[in-house]
Amino acid sequence: MRQQILHHPYVDRLRGYLFGNRVHRGLTFNIALYALLIAIGFVYLQPLLFMFVTSIKSPDDLLNPMVQWVPMQLFLGNYEKAFRVLDYPNTLVTSVVMSVGPALLQTVVASVVGYGLARYRFWGKPIVFLLLLATFIIPPQNTVIPQMLTYRDLGLLGDPLALILPALMGQGFRSAIFILIFYQSYLSLPKVLEESAQLDGASDLRIFLSIAVPSALPAYIVSFIFSTVWYWNETFLTVVFLEGGMTTLPMQLSKFTQAYENLYPPGVVNIFDRLNEAVKMSGTFLNILPLLLMYFILQRWFVESVEMTGITGE
Amino acid sequence: MTVRNPFQRGISLRVREALYGYGFIMIWVVGFAIFTFLPLVQTFLYSLNRVTVTTTSINLDFVEWANYTRALFTDPNFIELLIGYTIETIVSVPIVLIFAMIIAMFLNLKFRFKDLFRVIFFLPIVITSGPVIRELTSQGVASVPGIADIPAVIEFLEELPRALRTPVEYLLTSFILILWFSGVQILIYLSSLQKIDRSIYEAAAIDGASRWEQFWKIILPSLTTATIVNAIYTIVTLSHFSENKVIRHIYDQTYDVQGGIGYASAMSFIYFGVMILLLGIVYFFLMRWARRSSS
Repeated sequence: MRQQILHHPYVDRLRGYLFGNRVHRGLTFNIALYALLIAIGFVYLQPLLFMFVTSIKSPDDLLNPMVQWVPMQLFLGNYEKAFRVLDYPNTLVTSVVMSVGPALLQTVVASVVGYGLARYRFWGKPIVFLLLLATFIIPPQNTVIPQMLTYRDLGLLGDPLALILPALMGQGFRSAIFILIFYQSYLSLPKVLEESAQLDGASDLRIFLSIAVPSALPAYIVSFIFSTVWYWNETFLTVVFLEGGMTTLPMQLSKFTQAYENLYPPGVVNIFDRLNEAVKMSGTFLNILPLLLMYFILQRWFVESVEMTGITGE
Repeated sequence: MTVRNPFQRGISLRVREALYGYGFIMIWVVGFAIFTFLPLVQTFLYSLNRVTVTTTSINLDFVEWANYTRALFTDPNFIELLIGYTIETIVSVPIVLIFAMIIAMFLNLKFRFKDLFRVIFFLPIVITSGPVIRELTSQGVASVPGIADIPAVIEFLEELPRALRTPVEYLLTSFILILWFSGVQILIYLSSLQKIDRSIYEAAAIDGASRWEQFWKIILPSLTTATIVNAIYTIVTLSHFSENKVIRHIYDQTYDVQGGIGYASAMSFIYFGVMILLLGIVYFFLMRWARRSSS
C-alpha cells in the first residue's frame, strides 16, 4: 500500500516538481537559487543604496537616529551644494572629453595592432606578447615620473595631449587588454573572406578596412565601452598629467572637502551648511551618475557582445 | 609565359607577410619604446640618484643603492605598508576567484530575471574608481552591515593571534569591496563556461554523474585557463588601484622634500618586485593545480 502511494504517478510528478528530475531543476533548487542571488545582490548593492539614501537625507534626518534607510522627506539641497562644489557642468564636460577621446583612439589603435598579431606571421611575435603582458603588469608609478618631467619640458602638462599621445601609440590605460581582445576576435573570425579578397587583388589595408573591421564590430563596442569607463575612473594618471590644467569629475571629487570649504567657509556658514556625509554622498552619486546612465542604456550590448567576443585569452 | 621559381616565390611571400605584420604593429612598438621602455629605464636611473628638480633643469646626484636601503631599512612605514599589501592581496585573490566562479556559474544557468541579476553583478565594473571607493570606505559601508561591530566578533578577533588577526580584520571591514573587484573576472569565467559543449554535460548525466561530480570533473578543469587569467588580472588591478596604501605612500613621497623623485622611484621598483613575486607564486600554484587536474 505504502509503496503504491509513493510511486503513484502524481507523487512522482510532485517530487519532480519539488526536487527536480532529468528535465527540470525543481522548485527547491530554484527557491534556493533566487534566495541566494537576491541576498548576494543586496550585499553587493548595499553601498550604492546607502549612498543614494544618505544623499537625499535632510540635516534633520541625518541627526535623527530613527531614520536609517527611509528618509522622512526627499531633500535635494545636498545635490544643489554638491553640484556647485563639483563645478559640475565644467568637470562633466572635461571628464567626457578626456575619457571618450583617448578611449576612441585607444580602440582604433588596438584594433590595428591586434589585427597585425592575429593575421600575419612574423619573427618575434612571442616577444611582442611578452612585452604586451609587461605593459599590463608594470605599475604606472614606475614609468610616470619621467613622462611627467618630459611633458613639463614640452609644456604639455595639463594639456589633453598628455593623455592622448600614449593612447595614440597603443600605450594608453590598459591598452594591452584591448589589443588581446582584438587579437582574440580576429583569430576566431573565419579567414575565407579575406583570402578570397586577396585573390581578387585587394590590398592588405583595404582588406582590413572593408572586411575585417566590420566583422569585428562587437570587439570595437566592448573595447570602446570598457576603455571609456576605465579612463573615466582612472585618477592616478589624470592627477599626474592633467593637474593644474584640467579637472575631471573624479579629480574634483577627491578634493571635495577642500573645495567645499572654499565655497562654504566653516567659520562663516551656519551649522546646517557645514559639510556633512549627505553632501559628500551626493557628490559621489553625481560622480557615478553619468556612468550609471550609460551602463543602463548600453547594458544589453555590453553583456552580450562580451559573450560574442569571447574575452578569455588563451 | 614566365614560370616563377616556386621556392623563391615562397620566400618573398613570407617576407612580404612579415613586413605587413610589422607595419600593423609598428605604432605599438614605437609607443612601447617611448612611453614604457624609456621611462622605465629612466625611473630606474632616478632610483639610483638623489633627484632635485628645479624650474629649468633636473639634477642627478649618484647615490648608488642608498634609496633602496633607506626604503628597506630606515623608512618606518614602507615595509609595514608592503606587508599589509601582501597580506591583503593573498586574502583577496582566492575570495575574488571563488566568488566570481560561483556567480558566473549562477549566471550560466537559465532562469527568469537573469538579465536583471547580470546588470547587478556587472555594475561595479562601471563605478569602481579611487575617489568613489574612498568616500564609501570613509562612511564605513565597505563591509557587510554591522558585522565588524558585533561584540562576539570583536571578542573573537581579540582571541586570534596577531598574524591571523590582520587578514581576518581586513576581510571583515572590506568584504564588499573585495567582491566589487570581481566584475571583470565574472565576465571572463562566464565566457569560458559558455564555451563548454552542452553535450558533455548530457553525456555525463547519462553515465550517472551527479551535478557535484560534474562540477569537479568537467567544469573546474575547463576553467583552469580562465582562473590563471583572472588571478593575474586580480593581482594587477589590486596593485594598481590608486587607493592602494603603498601607492599613496609612494605618491606622497614623490612631492616630499625629504623623499623626492629618487626615493619614490626606488620604492616603486621594490613594490614592483614584490608584485612580480606575488604573481609568480600564484602562477606557480595555479599551474601545478592545472597540471594535476588535467592529468
